[in-house]
Amino acid sequence: MSMLLEVSGVSVSFDGFKAINNLSFAIGQAEMRAIIGPNGAGKTTFMDIVTGKTKPDAGRVIWGERNISLLGMSEARIAREGVGRKFQKPTVFEDQTVLENLLMALRSNRSPFAVMFYRATAADLARVDELASEIGLAEALGRKSGELSHGQKQWLEIGMLLAQEPRLLLVDEPAAGMTPAEREHTTAILVEAAKTRAVVVVEHDMEFVRRLDCRVTVLHEGAVLAEGSLDHVTANSQVIDVYLGR
Amino acid sequence: MSDTFLTRNPSTLVFLAVLALFVLSVTLLAEGAGVGVISTSFVKTLGKTLCLALVALAMDLVWGYTGILSLGHFAFFGLGGYMIGMWLMYARTQAIVVSSLSEAPIPATDSEIVDAIGNQIFGVVGSSEFPLIWMFADSLLLQLMLVVAVPGVLALVFGWLAFRSRVTGVYLSILTQAMTLGLALYLFQNDSGLRGNNGLSGLQNLPGMDHVPQATLSIWFFWASAAALALGYLFAAWIVAGKFGSVLRGIRDNEARVRFLGYSVEGYKLFIFTVTAIIAGIAGALYYPQAGIINPAEIAPVASIYLAVWVAIGGRGRLYGAVIGAIFVSLVSSWFTGGQAPDLDLGFYTLKWVDWWLIVLGLSFVLVTLFAPRGIGGLVDLWSDRRQPDRHGADLGPGAGALREKEAEQ
Repeated sequence: MSMLLEVSGVSVSFDGFKAINNLSFAIGQAEMRAIIGPNGAGKTTFMDIVTGKTKPDAGRVIWGERNISLLGMSEARIAREGVGRKFQKPTVFEDQTVLENLLMALRSNRSPFAVMFYRATAADLARVDELASEIGLAEALGRKSGELSHGQKQWLEIGMLLAQEPRLLLVDEPAAGMTPAEREHTTAILVEAAKTRAVVVVEHDMEFVRRLDCRVTVLHEGAVLAEGSLDHVTANSQVIDVYLGR
Repeated sequence: MSDTFLTRNPSTLVFLAVLALFVLSVTLLAEGAGVGVISTSFVKTLGKTLCLALVALAMDLVWGYTGILSLGHFAFFGLGGYMIGMWLMYARTQAIVVSSLSEAPIPATDSEIVDAIGNQIFGVVGSSEFPLIWMFADSLLLQLMLVVAVPGVLALVFGWLAFRSRVTGVYLSILTQAMTLGLALYLFQNDSGLRGNNGLSGLQNLPGMDHVPQATLSIWFFWASAAALALGYLFAAWIVAGKFGSVLRGIRDNEARVRFLGYSVEGYKLFIFTVTAIIAGIAGALYYPQAGIINPAEIAPVASIYLAVWVAIGGRGRLYGAVIGAIFVSLVSSWFTGGQAPDLDLGFYTLKWVDWWLIVLGLSFVLVTLFAPRGIGGLVDLWSDRRQPDRHGADLGPGAGALREKEAEQ
């Protein structure tokens, strides 16, 4: 299987502190992967590098069938290439309705002139309805998203992510602050998404990772410490030392 | 008819109706076309006020909607005024020079006429040569194009440099203010080619229209200003109603998030900055023929700060708020500073409004920002019941936005 994203030999340091140290990582076209690691292991910095927010000092980030480099592209350009990101803290546009949030995320031409003349077609609205019922917000389309509860905002953001139709989803702690039932629903959405696209989940919660039932990459001090099934990595003595044994 | 742009945006319809009613009543009461209750000078004041409302609209788009606090939009306004002023001054001086030279025994050559015009215009700054920037001044069409092109290109270049470097927030405000100050200082120089601190004058006289009284001209300009405001309002309402408006407000609230959705934030900022600079230029080109004179003091940074004050007092992020703010504050301001407001005798001190007005304005700006951030336009919400996310109590959950105490009780 050809790889969708290949990160190789990437290093980045902030003021002499090596946040990422010769990290290599690859994920296929339709694959779920969980990334775990203690605080400061470089999980968020890794996402920043893939999405173009942080420029690495060394290394390569290769994307897609045509093997293009994501380095040197702007964040917006990378997002249009098909990398979607969900932040740890839910960030939706609170002053706008759920419908406006989803319409803005919906995959379409992003250039200013195209957007200016854009009017939502029936197909677009149908897609938004479908997404809204998937994330349990069908009744809330007309509400300002600032009025939603924390969990609903998390879902709205997941919905916006799906609306973008990315080929790679980077999801940072999707289950934070959710009830057990909400977690289960989130798991189902992510597992479903991983059937057609690549999904990378950063998560602290081992129970949640176990339910995802996927390969796990353990990061430590900016490098990959172990990789494999959850049972495999949790049996690794190094992993136990740095992470689980604490 | 059931689902048109105007029915979906009733405030636009209301605004246009109020504007039409206002124009009709002023026209009927004015000296130039009606019974003559309103003096020509007051018609001019009203026409100028409409131009200020238009530039406030531009400011609201760029600040209230996109979150770019530009302190340079009055510079674009002034540049528009300078561009039309060059033609007005050139063409009018040309008419005077040609008629006076025609009495000479030998007919004047073209170059003699141009020299005489140069002498007339630039004598005041000790020069008679036409600077290069006046090369199109004899053509109304070209100068009208410059009204759009000069502010537009300046905003495009400045914006490209600033936004590309991701300068945001207060740093961008400082940068735009520096641009404004630089431009004003440059224009103050006698050799800037625009008559230094004398500025351009006599702009109220339309060349070739000497037979039309000012009373009629003032009504023409009043109509033109109202039409420009109506068109500008329609354009702005159309832009912010759709997804483009969503993206603009998204940029205001969380720029990085918009970027990760795949929108090139810099492109959108540059677009709105340039378009609003052009709107400001057009407003200026209509304003200064009614004012009669333009000089570099008009462009001084404080003018752009006033612009921000109008929009803040009127209500940011809603188009009619900007218009209300500009009209209300500028009319009240001209009432106080025009010496019409009676002095207030406090016994131990006589309060002269001409001196104290700026303090009052500054105080009201601070008070509005602190206690009524939605401005005068916010009063409309009381009646239309438009609701902001209204959340009370402390967060119950771990993150901001979790269910709050009072909500949980309900």
